[in-house]
Amino acid sequence: MRVGVIQFPGSCDERDAVRALSHLGAEPVLLWHGTADLDGAEAIVLPGGFTYGDYLRTGAIAQFAPVMGAVADFAERGGPVLGICNGFQVLCEARLLPGALTRNEGLRFIHRRQALRVETPGTWLDAPAGAVLDIPVKHGEGRYVHDDPDGLAAAGQVLVRYCHADGTVDDDANPNGSVAGIAGVTNAAGNVAGLMPHPEHAVEALLGSTDGAKILGAVLRAGVGA
Amino acid sequence: MPRVHIDVMLKEEILDPQGQAVERALPSLGYEGVSGVRIGKHIELDVPDDADVAATVDGIADKLLANPVIERFSWRVDATG
Repeated sequence: MRVGVIQFPGSCDERDAVRALSHLGAEPVLLWHGTADLDGAEAIVLPGGFTYGDYLRTGAIAQFAPVMGAVADFAERGGPVLGICNGFQVLCEARLLPGALTRNEGLRFIHRRQALRVETPGTWLDAPAGAVLDIPVKHGEGRYVHDDPDGLAAAGQVLVRYCHADGTVDDDANPNGSVAGIAGVTNAAGNVAGLMPHPEHAVEALLGSTDGAKILGAVLRAGVGA
Repeated sequence: MPRVHIDVMLKEEILDPQGQAVERALPSLGYEGVSGVRIGKHIELDVPDDADVAATVDGIADKLLANPVIERFSWRVDATG
């Protein structure tokens, strides 16, 4: 299955995403931001990094890259699109996902392994509701903002929340002040998803966790010939 | 060419940790009781003479300079420009 990984100026995790997708049996292909051709990809991943230096706001400039028009059309046709960290920020800026991401409550850049509770299994998660995943986070602007987090959850659009190892969601487990501990969401149709944690850094046991495969592996299942 | 000054601020209901950090530093400088510190962005630009200033600036601010989910913007034409 062919998965397009978008490379913007300032992306830094695109090769990790390519390696992880290859490890999981996909056929990843890097797509340059300046192209409007998705090169036959059946799913799209927007990787982490600092596109355009995070100038103005994270993801603000990247949303206007030529490739993003093609990604929006692909998403409109039901194609699966996953944004990781900065990719999540780009998708929110492009209005392909609800809400926005802004500076961490504590102002510090956070990098640590993070427990995540699965809220809405399905297309994007190869794990049952309530399961706890161990996936790293690393970001300075990961505070998710949405004016109706309960409505978002009721609509089944909350993918994962920050939690303790036992699955409890509270302020102590929340690394950045995200509303209702939300770490990842989908669009209303469910084919576009984004999350701040990095599943591509957690697909090999040598690196401490393979739980990332439960998200990235789902990208392969989600792929369609859109 | 009219020079336009644009301010972009986080909406009132959005927590501003930068503003809070600055506010907490003020007592150590001897400024007690100063409150409500909010930090935003100030952008200046020149609009071509033949352009509709309001439509141009509103468009740029709404599409790029501010994210309407979390921010609001205001602008004024520089009277001295």
